[in-house]
Amino acid sequence: MRWGVITFPGSNDDAQTAFVLERLLGESVVRLWHKDESVDGLDCVVLPGGFSYGDYLRCGAVARLSPIMRAVEAFAQGGGMVLGICNGFQILCEAGLLPGALIRNRELGFSCRRVHVRVEEADTHFTNRCRRGDVLDIPIKHGEGCYIADDATLRSLEAGRQIVLRYTDAEGRVTPEANPNGSLGAIAGIRNARGNVFGLMPHPEHACEWLVGGEDGRKIFLSIIAAQGGTAETPAVPTSSKVLSGP
Amino acid sequence: MPIFLLQRSSFPGDEGGIMGWLARVYVTPKAGVLDPQGKAVQHSLHTLGYPEVGDVRIGKYMEVRLADVSRESAEVRLREMCDRLLANRVIEDFRFEIDAAPVD
Repeated sequence: MRWGVITFPGSNDDAQTAFVLERLLGESVVRLWHKDESVDGLDCVVLPGGFSYGDYLRCGAVARLSPIMRAVEAFAQGGGMVLGICNGFQILCEAGLLPGALIRNRELGFSCRRVHVRVEEADTHFTNRCRRGDVLDIPIKHGEGCYIADDATLRSLEAGRQIVLRYTDAEGRVTPEANPNGSLGAIAGIRNARGNVFGLMPHPEHACEWLVGGEDGRKIFLSIIAAQGGTAETPAVPTSSKVLSGP
Repeated sequence: MPIFLLQRSSFPGDEGGIMGWLARVYVTPKAGVLDPQGKAVQHSLHTLGYPEVGDVRIGKYMEVRLADVSRESAEVRLREMCDRLLANRVIEDFRFEIDAAPVD
């Protein structure tokens, strides 16, 4: 399938995302600049992590006004698959493509560590390679990852089975200690009502090789590929050799 | 709902230059929204010996200058700007004051 990875000024996980898709999963990737105005011909668009526009005003508030976002909004409204990771999740919320907002972490500090997230819904375009209840080990790195929404929004997220990932401990239990940022309901990732837009704070692109500590992040990308009818499997060749040979 | 604090405008006749508007915009966390910064500052004030300090909420202050627009239109458009960009209505409230001011 054909992926688009957007680079906003201040994005910093765009290259890693493209690397995972192209080099580790053998996918076709188009790199998009924030000033581009079309996502035509793509199957999935990724809004990567980073600090677009220096997080000025609010995280994602300026990026969502980029020319490329008009195309992404139209793409999403037409049913196209959109994945927002970290800053990408913040941008999707600011753009109104996902409900709620992401505010400063409960403990104020920037949090950079591995966390566990439990798969709440496996029947989605983004988690169909997992089972419900699976616990994934994926890192976070953010200062504004505390998900909040009003009561009505939370109820509709729950009723619509839109909460896809929650922070838990290694055994899959939701506890205050396992919630790294104070997110409402320990929410780590949600999808829109239609199910074609997914935002999450953890970084699956940084958990795709044992070299960096784990491969659970692959399940997210492989799910999207499967949802598109693709049959991409984790390459049989040891990925470490590819990595060591350099880009 | 946002609160609009309107102050009487004035155009002092003895000043030269083109007059416009200076809007002072206040964006604050909505009631009920966590404000960990405010909590931290409250704690710091207690540490400094101000036990009388209760809740502290931290927001943003912005100055926006407007020209070539009537006062009525300035208010309508500022409200729109706040709704669409300056504040995120999921988590923030806003209010503003508008005063006559020279245009830069």
